[in-house]
Amino acid sequence: MTVLEQLLPTVRRHRDSRTRPPRWRGKNNEGVLLLVTLAMLAVIMAVDPGAVSASLAGDIVRAAMDNMALALGVLLILLSGGIDVSFTAIAIFGGYATVTFMLDHNLDGGLWPFVVATLIGSLLGLGNALLVAGFRLQTLIATLAMQSIVWGSLLAFVGSTYHSTLPPALARTGQSQLLRLGDSPVSTLVVPVALIAVSLALVLRWTMFGRSVYAIGGDAEAAKRAGIRVGRVQTLVFAAAGALAGFAGMVHVTLVQHASPYELVGTELSVIAAVVIGGASDAGGRGSVQGTVLGVLLISLITNSLVRLGVPSFWQQAVEGLLILAGVAIQAQSRRRRTHRSPILEAR
Amino acid sequence: MSSSASHQAHDAGGAVIAGPAGLALQARDIGKRYGGIVALRGVDLDIRAGEVHCLAGANGSGKSTLIKILSGVEAPDTGQITVDGQPLARLGVLDAMVRGIQVIYQDLSLFPNLNVVENIAMTSRTAGRARIVSAGSGRKIARQALDRLALGNDVGIELDADASDLTVAHRQLVAIARALACDVRVLFMDEPTTTLTWREVDTLFTVVERLRSEGVAIVFVSHKTDEVMRISDRITVLRNGQVVRSDAAANLDRRALIEALTGQVEEVRAPQAGAWRKARAVMRVHELGSPTLFRDVTFDLHAGEILGLTGLLGSGRTEVAEAIFGLVPRPTGTVRIDGTDVPGSSVDAAIDAGVAYVPPDRMTQGVFLAQSIRRNIAAAWLRQTSRHGTRLSAKSVDRLVERMTASLNIKIGRASDPVRSLSGGNAQKVVLAKWLATNPKVLMLNGPTVGVDIASKAAILDILRERAAGGMAVLLISDDVEELVNACDRILVIRKGKLSQLLEGEQISIERVREGIVT
Repeated sequence: MTVLEQLLPTVRRHRDSRTRPPRWRGKNNEGVLLLVTLAMLAVIMAVDPGAVSASLAGDIVRAAMDNMALALGVLLILLSGGIDVSFTAIAIFGGYATVTFMLDHNLDGGLWPFVVATLIGSLLGLGNALLVAGFRLQTLIATLAMQSIVWGSLLAFVGSTYHSTLPPALARTGQSQLLRLGDSPVSTLVVPVALIAVSLALVLRWTMFGRSVYAIGGDAEAAKRAGIRVGRVQTLVFAAAGALAGFAGMVHVTLVQHASPYELVGTELSVIAAVVIGGASDAGGRGSVQGTVLGVLLISLITNSLVRLGVPSFWQQAVEGLLILAGVAIQAQSRRRRTHRSPILEAR
Repeated sequence: MSSSASHQAHDAGGAVIAGPAGLALQARDIGKRYGGIVALRGVDLDIRAGEVHCLAGANGSGKSTLIKILSGVEAPDTGQITVDGQPLARLGVLDAMVRGIQVIYQDLSLFPNLNVVENIAMTSRTAGRARIVSAGSGRKIARQALDRLALGNDVGIELDADASDLTVAHRQLVAIARALACDVRVLFMDEPTTTLTWREVDTLFTVVERLRSEGVAIVFVSHKTDEVMRISDRITVLRNGQVVRSDAAANLDRRALIEALTGQVEEVRAPQAGAWRKARAVMRVHELGSPTLFRDVTFDLHAGEILGLTGLLGSGRTEVAEAIFGLVPRPTGTVRIDGTDVPGSSVDAAIDAGVAYVPPDRMTQGVFLAQSIRRNIAAAWLRQTSRHGTRLSAKSVDRLVERMTASLNIKIGRASDPVRSLSGGNAQKVVLAKWLATNPKVLMLNGPTVGVDIASKAAILDILRERAAGGMAVLLISDDVEELVNACDRILVIRKGKLSQLLEGEQISIERVREGIVT
């Protein structure tokens, strides 16, 4: 027993009787994440006082938009106790195939291509669901296979040419501005992305489907015994994640104003990193939309600052790796805290 | 509490409800195969409203399969299930729930990541085919269910706590509350007392008796004969997937029950030898203390002795053992093995000093479930052997596995099968084998026969006696009073983190030990 503990029995008792972390930390350490983000901003401010401005916010949001939609899909799958590495392939399939079809058939539109890409994504997501819920494959194996199949089919059957321009109406959607933050324009597409985030948060919190996703991620066998149709929920989860990926692919294509089948694929880990940093457990059942949104924004902020500070791009990868490590470490730490022992001896 | 008084009370109530119309659930000719293995064959079962029906049987006798079939989790290959006089072609999980059939599984099947409210409200929501959840209704359901247990205030279960943060006893109450949240008519309880101390068992039985008086049919699965005799109105015994006896509890005594369960007559135990008195003290624990957990724990453990350590759940019995093994810090006091000081907070140091520890939760701490029996048995031995610099050969591992399975009489298919494929009793023997293979000086076991059937339990206690006779020092941590009285030379009682009593020789009796635990 340390001197401090002997001197301060009341302090010790108080600490020991604490069973849960303070409220501000949030259920999945969202509070910690917010603090880290603020600390990050403070550092940027110290290094380059002029950098923290409305334009910075605009830049971060613009860079984070397609990742946000992807990350929300990944969150769904992590919550249900699985993992997905096929979503980037599904995303670029949705975006690139739709644009290619439009160009080949001289079609144009500002809105319906998003619907088409979303539908394509949900169909491909159903492919994942078939493997996972139907054939009971492990999600990592199933989605790894799907990633290769989807991307391979895209290159083989749809094409591999680079489309440097989009159909005009679609291009206009990508260029449309909702508002300007400083010098930085914010695309109108932020509205559907934000709506998706809010509705997903509501669905996860207040619908039986949402709670079933958490339940399955917590213990799939217990969920089955409690009368939850596990296969059905998994199918919906993968279809929804696929739909989100397809939509995100179209957001990406319209924002960058060109379509290439070689984009997005390969960035899976940084999206998964954002979700894990946002407090989602790799073991399933824990995580939140709020955390994921913060995680995506934090990664976007860090990437942006590294560019601003002139850090070479390969360092950005290393930093992302460190962030994943930090995110997982914080989770492990809080899990260890949970298993602490309650006192047996009566206080003297 | 007085069980006889409550028994009479229910007898009066039960007579009112009983009758041919009171048949809540009826199963006829249930059969089920898994691959080539017959799990159930021609099983008939009648469950009446307002009765406690005990389903007894050794591990692997088909009890769990029968529960899964009657609750709709698995479909039977043959047979007919009738609920409330209505024959059903197919019984799904939701059908079963809607008809008031609820199961409290042995592992409780709670969601560790959801809070108490959601855990309790989950089944009533799925059964009600809810689409939207509201926090308010959930709290109401949870509070009502906990109140029905009349324990809402006493036990202080925090409604917002995650299930993973609750103690085992609280988790069990939450599981019961979840069943009560639905309109339960038939309640299956699969070995509900395994993780409870007998005092908590009393509370559980009070709840069971209340439910019975409300007309709920309770199917109670247990290995423990005294519990079965105490709570049941009717007993059905399964052996190898078949019903060997089904009778009113009044027509069966303890002996007859054991005979039906195991197919053999109970052996009478040989008296304790007491040879330890002349033996040296292998382990000397002196004034061991850990802030907030326990203090001033002092005892000697002799070669050839089986020393019991008992107390209520949360009395510190597990913590003391874990402190000796280096899992819990122990800033004050010393542990000496054969005169050498064992440093605290290091499992390695404890193992090197010759201490082995069989943890209470074998499924998560004792074995690597998915790994082979061979690897599990060799796990602790390998470490010891490789440390001495001996070259390992596959043959020496095979010999070890052969020796251990033979000497502990572990029934296995192939040594390469995963431990998961074994029944509870055999899995526990694998855990024992793992540590016995290292030939420890001090063997500490925490609840070694929890969830193990009567025959395997007797076998495990025999192994301990045999090893002690060979000079091993055994510390048996348990709350199974019968087992302690049967096996131990001396019994230490711990209460609120302090040793309160040491019983030996003539002092050891079921009554004395029970008394010691609570006072």
